[in-house]
Amino acid sequence: MSQFAINLLFVGGSFLLYIGIAVWAKAGSTSDFYVAGGGVHPVTNGMAIGADWMSAASFISMAGLIAAGGYANSTFLMGWTGGYVLLAMLLAPYLRKFGKFTVPEFIGDRYYSSNARLVAVICLIVASVTYVIGQMAGAGVAFSRFLEVDSTNGLIIAAIVVFIYAVMGGMKGITYTQVAQYCVLIVAYTIPAVFISLHLTGNPIPGLGMFSTHTESGLPLLTKLNQVITDLGFNQYTADVDNKLNMVLFTLSLMIGTAGLPHVIIRFFTVPKVSDARWSGGWALVFIALLYLTAPAVASMARLNLMTTIYPEGTQAQPIEYDQRPGWIATWEETGLIKYEDKNNDGRIQLYNDKNADFAATASERGWAGNEMVVNNDILVLANPEIANLPGWVIGLIAAGGLAAALSTAAGLLLAISSAVSHDLIKGRLNPNISDKGELLAARISMAVAIVVATWLGANPPGFAAQVVALAFGIAGASLFPALMMGIFSKRVNNVGAISGMLAGLTFTLVYIFTYKGWLFIPGTNTLADTPENWVLGISPLSIGAIGAIVNFAVAFGVSKVTAEPPVEIQELVESVRYPRGAGTAHDH
Amino acid sequence: MSGHSYDAENYWKANLRLIFGSLIIWALVSYGAAILLRPMLAGIEVGGTDLGFWFAQQGSIITFIILIFFYAWRMNKIDEKFGVHEE
Repeated sequence: MSQFAINLLFVGGSFLLYIGIAVWAKAGSTSDFYVAGGGVHPVTNGMAIGADWMSAASFISMAGLIAAGGYANSTFLMGWTGGYVLLAMLLAPYLRKFGKFTVPEFIGDRYYSSNARLVAVICLIVASVTYVIGQMAGAGVAFSRFLEVDSTNGLIIAAIVVFIYAVMGGMKGITYTQVAQYCVLIVAYTIPAVFISLHLTGNPIPGLGMFSTHTESGLPLLTKLNQVITDLGFNQYTADVDNKLNMVLFTLSLMIGTAGLPHVIIRFFTVPKVSDARWSGGWALVFIALLYLTAPAVASMARLNLMTTIYPEGTQAQPIEYDQRPGWIATWEETGLIKYEDKNNDGRIQLYNDKNADFAATASERGWAGNEMVVNNDILVLANPEIANLPGWVIGLIAAGGLAAALSTAAGLLLAISSAVSHDLIKGRLNPNISDKGELLAARISMAVAIVVATWLGANPPGFAAQVVALAFGIAGASLFPALMMGIFSKRVNNVGAISGMLAGLTFTLVYIFTYKGWLFIPGTNTLADTPENWVLGISPLSIGAIGAIVNFAVAFGVSKVTAEPPVEIQELVESVRYPRGAGTAHDH
Repeated sequence: MSGHSYDAENYWKANLRLIFGSLIIWALVSYGAAILLRPMLAGIEVGGTDLGFWFAQQGSIITFIILIFFYAWRMNKIDEKFGVHEE
């Protein structure tokens, strides 16, 4: 069977499974559509959160980022998991007790203000829409690489599948497809990693393997890796970072951003009890950690494998001849994600760090005229099975896994958007007397519109697509997270305080990002060049969400102090979310 | 529903104490051992590198999982002790 047929079999099979689940889990009421009827088991929910959370970025890009940055990029590992500690202790149980359908609904009720609710809706939509673009684009790339259709057609196929299960089943359909998608993506991610770890270290658990002995050289794997890459002028893989302040703030921004992202928070509304919301957070992190503990091993091992492929006789000997390169390099060259240019015309591939001034002398001594091969970080996970010579079915599995990661996150985001539109805008503002049936129809229509918009944006990504992660996390961390947390932990913060805080945090964060990244991300409009010398106190625009959150807290407390206390019934509301007793399933009124 | 019949104030204080303690550990493993204190822990070797690197790429994530389960377990006990658990 050809590789194409195998890929088609795996991807097609997984899609049929998702559609089958959608038919089985059709939503009959708004409660089904928004919170899956509120009867999801905490372990099931943990698995669904895992798929909801782990996006194309986690599955495809993260290991590549760590491989390139080594220790410095551990921030993604800690930031994208540490947020769950905040969620499980500071937000999820209380929001579950509150027992409504959406995040803006809590903000609107707690701050007794439809304007606060509107600000929350806007933050939610901007954060989720920017995030969903990346998922749709990622699904398009996976399609074009593995199924040989062009990426726009691939995107449309993906959109139709999401449409079927998300519009029909709402949260109920999404929950159970996410469980299936989690299984597909985790199997796809770990199988190649286990094989590679066994091959390099003899240890079947990748997370342990990366700290074991490299069988071939007898050295610890990371020592060997450090040796190989420093021989080629690269920084040590395990090298420490000078700018610790920025590293701390970037990690913190990712953590509070993770805790404030609405598509994750609403998944906690689907469990029956407050205690289940607490357990859910733990299970979610267990399922997420299976991938996140494996990713750093994939990163270090793939980097070592890549180097030994190019320098089969060791770094002191000649690199491989271009004509002798393995098949996977040729395949990825076709996609443009690996580029080769024979700068010194010796027919060999010199891969080294030509930006290191200290290494320039060694390079010219060896007759090298510049780095000749550029490998895009994103191919690392997708090419992993080919690099390790694994059988064709593993490649098919990776294709299905990458699509599962992109689609499950896209569906979760689309649900957050559509419920904010139908529940917070249409029912909450425009037509409060709408019937349950009418609202369910409105929710389905909003979902359909959201899918069409996301597909269009995925096919025509705006120039700022690469920056959107910073934007989504900045908004969630600097506006939503503090508002939610203060709503639970302070009885004193009032409507004016919360709205001023959200707007101040949001404005501060956006201004700082736009100053360096361009106003509204329009290239060339940035006020200052985006280089470390220009950053205030060395804080990168990607790390500013943490400071934005502090601004939000400070303004909200300051303004609340000089304005009237919240009414008694609001203080009672805060009391009631703090005590688990009396939590029914999530309901409307 | 007024919380006072459940000795509400002490229940909430117990919760805050538990959260506070957990978040100290949360910060110690990630911002501490993995980032700020890494140079101090450089002498402790773990598989070809140092303890700080291990915390940054494995240890902190494992600690986070333990923390959440510990919190959920303790909190459910505290719920029962103060009689605010769900029926």
